[in-house]
Amino acid sequence: MSTVTASPTAETLARVRAALETLTDPEIPVVTLTEMGIVRAVRAAADDPTQVEVVITPTYSGCPAMAQIADDIRATLQRLGLPGRVVTQLAPPWTTDWMTETAREKLRAYGIAPPGRCGSAAPQTAEHVVRFMPASAAAVACPRCGSTHTREISHFGSTACKALWQCLDCHEPFDHFKPH
Amino acid sequence: MSAVATDTVVIDYLLHLGDNALVLAQRNSQWCGVGPVLEEDLALTNQTLDLLGQARLLYQEAARLQGGDATEDTLAYFRDAPAFRNYVLLELPASLPRVGYAQGDMDWGVTLARNFLYSALMVPLWEALQTSAHAPLAAIAAKSLKEARYHLRHASEWVVRLGDGTEESHQRMQAAFDHLMPYTQEFWTDSALEHAAVQAGVGVAPVALKPVWDATVDATLEEATLHRPSAEGYVPQGKTGLHSEHLSYLLAEMQCVARAHPGAVW
Repeated sequence: MSTVTASPTAETLARVRAALETLTDPEIPVVTLTEMGIVRAVRAAADDPTQVEVVITPTYSGCPAMAQIADDIRATLQRLGLPGRVVTQLAPPWTTDWMTETAREKLRAYGIAPPGRCGSAAPQTAEHVVRFMPASAAAVACPRCGSTHTREISHFGSTACKALWQCLDCHEPFDHFKPH
Repeated sequence: MSAVATDTVVIDYLLHLGDNALVLAQRNSQWCGVGPVLEEDLALTNQTLDLLGQARLLYQEAARLQGGDATEDTLAYFRDAPAFRNYVLLELPASLPRVGYAQGDMDWGVTLARNFLYSALMVPLWEALQTSAHAPLAAIAAKSLKEARYHLRHASEWVVRLGDGTEESHQRMQAAFDHLMPYTQEFWTDSALEHAAVQAGVGVAPVALKPVWDATVDATLEEATLHRPSAEGYVPQGKTGLHSEHLSYLLAEMQCVARAHPGAVW
């Protein structure tokens, strides 16, 4: 092995992190991948320390945006002229609790009600699962008028991660990012 | 349990779980664009995406263990029906026993009853698999569990809505359960594949989960004012590769493009 190539320095990794800050979620272009908690780590690869490794995690198993996200990150590394790769890590599974406060506020401003906290491991009880109209853990506030007088129209909205809700005061239908 | 799982045992078990997810995804995707209402069309296609994602993760891991030229695509598109290890329940058409082939013959009640019976199993199964000795499977399980909970919630609400609905919706929901319930017997029969996986600490014996499944099914059917039909008669053996005639048609539709253009990428 030649000793010419060296591990990416702390400054290099910081540069990568800063560049990633400009990448947004393809389906929600107002929040960045980092704010969403999709980027887990930026580090030197363990098996090849000359490579920058960006670790990402899928939100939902079948999220169709993952390929685009990986492509965007690879393109960013290329633009910086850095040898690198994108790896996916599943465990522990992504949760909406990893979304930053900034991300939540941006979602609200964009018209998507942000998710409530799910806590570490709050399993739904069997009773919760079978109840016809389960009581929502927390009221979902309308992102337009702020009213909590809202109702769920469908568990599944425009993407797997969102549910469709409607405000009963201003009557606006809106997406709710589901606690997951 | 100290036995080290051989790769074959793990691969077969991953394929069983992956085939379940893929075959149900393919069945439910038939509602894409023709769902009864827009919201439910979206709900079902979103769940199909989840199932496809789970299948991909399981196949990717199986392909990695298999090595050689195996990929998630060779596993999904270039195996024939006898190699599939999914439950027969999941390959059945979305219609009552008298199989219809027109789009209008698809039955929403049968679709939701099947999703319910399957997700009521998968929630405790994924829960238990979180401690699988095969770490990549444990990670997939933790991920899939969160999705399966949504699927179960969606399906059980429809079972209640239709069961405790109009006279016709009640009757059709009951007919759906009468038709499907015997197929669930396959969940509880031991197979060599599962036995080996359990021995190795990789898999879970579904029969251990039957009390939880029974409780979910009983509580939901009761709330839906439906009666729980008995599950008896022929026990299907999809997980050993013995399938109904419906799987070949399903696979033909799913695999024909990949087989017509092997190696094609975009």
